[in-house]
Amino acid sequence: MISDALKASTGKVIKMENQFYVDSDHLSKEALARKHQLETDASSRTNHMEYLPGMEQIQSDIRERVMSQTEQYDYTVYTSADVSAALEHEQCSIEDFKALLSPAAGPFLEQMAQRARVETRKHFGNTVYLFTPLYIANYCENYCVYCGFNCYNHIKRMRLTMEQIEHEMKIIADSGMEEILLLTGESRGMSDVSYIGEACKLARKYFRMVGLEIYPVNTDEYRYLHECGADYVTVFQETYDSDKYETLHLAGHKRVWPYRFEAQERALMGGMRGVAFSALLGLSDFRKDALATALHAYFLQRKYPQAEISLSCPRLRPIVNNDKINPLDVHEKQLCQIICAYRIFLPFAGITVSSRESAEFRNGIIKIAATKVSAGVSTGIGDHESKYTGKESGSAEGDEQFEINDRRSFETMYQDIESEGLQPVLNDYLYV
Amino acid sequence: MDKRLEDDKLVIGGQEFHSRFILGSGKYSMKLIEAAVRDAGAEIITLAVRRANTKEQENIIDYIPRNVTLLPNTSGARDAREAVRIARLARELGCGNFVKIEIMRDTKYLLPDNYETVKATEILAKEGFIVMPYMYPDLNAARDLANAGAAAVMPLAAPIGSNKGLATKDFIQILINEIELPVIVDAGIGRPSQACEAMEMGAAAIMANTALATAGDLPLMAAAFRQAIEAGRKAYLSGLGRVLTRGASASDPLTGFLHD
Amino acid sequence: MVMINGNSVDADGMTITEYLQQAQYDPRIVVVERNEEIVPRDSYQETKLADGDVIEVVTFMGGG
Repeated sequence: MISDALKASTGKVIKMENQFYVDSDHLSKEALARKHQLETDASSRTNHMEYLPGMEQIQSDIRERVMSQTEQYDYTVYTSADVSAALEHEQCSIEDFKALLSPAAGPFLEQMAQRARVETRKHFGNTVYLFTPLYIANYCENYCVYCGFNCYNHIKRMRLTMEQIEHEMKIIADSGMEEILLLTGESRGMSDVSYIGEACKLARKYFRMVGLEIYPVNTDEYRYLHECGADYVTVFQETYDSDKYETLHLAGHKRVWPYRFEAQERALMGGMRGVAFSALLGLSDFRKDALATALHAYFLQRKYPQAEISLSCPRLRPIVNNDKINPLDVHEKQLCQIICAYRIFLPFAGITVSSRESAEFRNGIIKIAATKVSAGVSTGIGDHESKYTGKESGSAEGDEQFEINDRRSFETMYQDIESEGLQPVLNDYLYV
Repeated sequence: MDKRLEDDKLVIGGQEFHSRFILGSGKYSMKLIEAAVRDAGAEIITLAVRRANTKEQENIIDYIPRNVTLLPNTSGARDAREAVRIARLARELGCGNFVKIEIMRDTKYLLPDNYETVKATEILAKEGFIVMPYMYPDLNAARDLANAGAAAVMPLAAPIGSNKGLATKDFIQILINEIELPVIVDAGIGRPSQACEAMEMGAAAIMANTALATAGDLPLMAAAFRQAIEAGRKAYLSGLGRVLTRGASASDPLTGFLHD
Repeated sequence: MVMINGNSVDADGMTITEYLQQAQYDPRIVVVERNEEIVPRDSYQETKLADGDVIEVVTFMGGG
């Protein structure tokens, strides 16, 4: 459907952009005026490369290394000979990886998938890990134009109390799930570090592995959250193109691009066992973003060889009040190419494919390269009871961050993985 | 040297070298050193520090061409403290800041002690030495050496003097892949073909001594090593061609599920 | 007595310069360590050896 929209009658692909701006009737006149100013007047926005007070600055050359490679990357120069050579090499170099991400690799998708499968099976055997996300708050103080939680989007906001969190966790744990990913909107004001810390302590009671996907924090705060029971940190950079980033993240702490870039390194410095990386595909040039994501992981792994590394590969999805948002030129084939290239370049890294993708896509990609999938997913707040049992929760629910695509329950997902001849794994992890 | 290798430099501690052949000077006559250096095209030569004999007038340094960088080793050291002592004595002898750390606690196999080597590297790097540690090819130790300030790492291919070749090949390959310092294959290389293979793998340089000292015609063997090392380097830089695997068959397509 | 390169030598009270001359070392190609401390070349003349000192006189030789 999307590709039809992209192809003009001439058969040529025309450049399309998402229309992100949506005005809500519920905003005050002043709020609307401010929103429009942020959208239209670049000078009204803060410097996105400048750290705000309280943001820790660490000494690290990783950003420079990732970005110099990314800026120089011209994917049009690679040929099918480069792709063939890359697939022949036992060790995939950075240059080989660049070739695998290039348009020249498009016709090699099947070969890439075959190679990726070999690498996946070598490092992970037949296993696929299962987890579920739990959104505990959707308040957000940022204006990120593509996100359902953005502060100007009129949605039902909510922050779960500890009792409500525990209730949700019980329902999820009863389904059999052993790994949980706690998420919040990015608001220090509404979901501060101690609130998240308390949620981690609760999660440790019900789950064997606790991950976090929250706003970036300082090293000492990551250390605190680690002590509370969290052991891996996911931060999406969204796009590594800082100029593009500036036009999408118009206000709030999240606007500060370098502080976000260094989040995984601070998390490792704070003692977290693992970190996950991602660009949100469809926001900018997806080939460059995929290169930067993998190099970010690659260089960090070399600096912190003990770290567990994983990659996510989300594509843009429709949100509440804007059902037109789509991942533009990142179709399933491009997504598959990226995932295969990730696998061949970083054979040891975990790759997560979320419920943003269809059941059919996820069934296919776990046979090739993905090692972790979510199940029983809700991106809303406090609605697990109604979603898991079909019974009305009787209490308020908060709106979703984005529309999911694969609504399979934990049980169905477990069975589907088994029927593909793979081994679902709930946890392989000893908390130390 | 081949013109195409002119811009290909080996950088150790900020100093640039064209030659990727580090020559040992042990177990053969001083009088052969000049010819060996010449035919090897070597720009770095290793030396040992020993108790001096009285009435000794011959100075090995006089046999080494001036433009060659001296790389004293700490052989004889059994722990970090002794290696540091020997390195300082070597520097006092006026040979510059380079030092190859060599620490052995085992006189039977002469295997290097990685743990003590990391300690010595840390001390000497802080004192301004350009430290090139000889090591057993262990990834964790190599990372520790890099973090301690080493300018290169020198993993062994096989026990010293054994001429057995790349017995540790897979582990040296891991160091080449993971360590962002020159990886110089040292010890155990017995033939030019083995030196060539290590260079094809992406080693930054080769160190050899016994293979030359035990050859029938030392300068001729030095020339053979030089050519082998250059050949291996060219092969590495040019990118090795594909190896056709026999019997590889396509399995069921994996990508049929994809939508546009 | 002074322990020099592992041998007991009667060199008490001699300066390093005097000892190197007497033992016919070539001072250009050696370095002297006294009780594990390197003795700077320019202080050989005033450094006197004392009973119980441990001295190493070292030079370069061939090595791999």
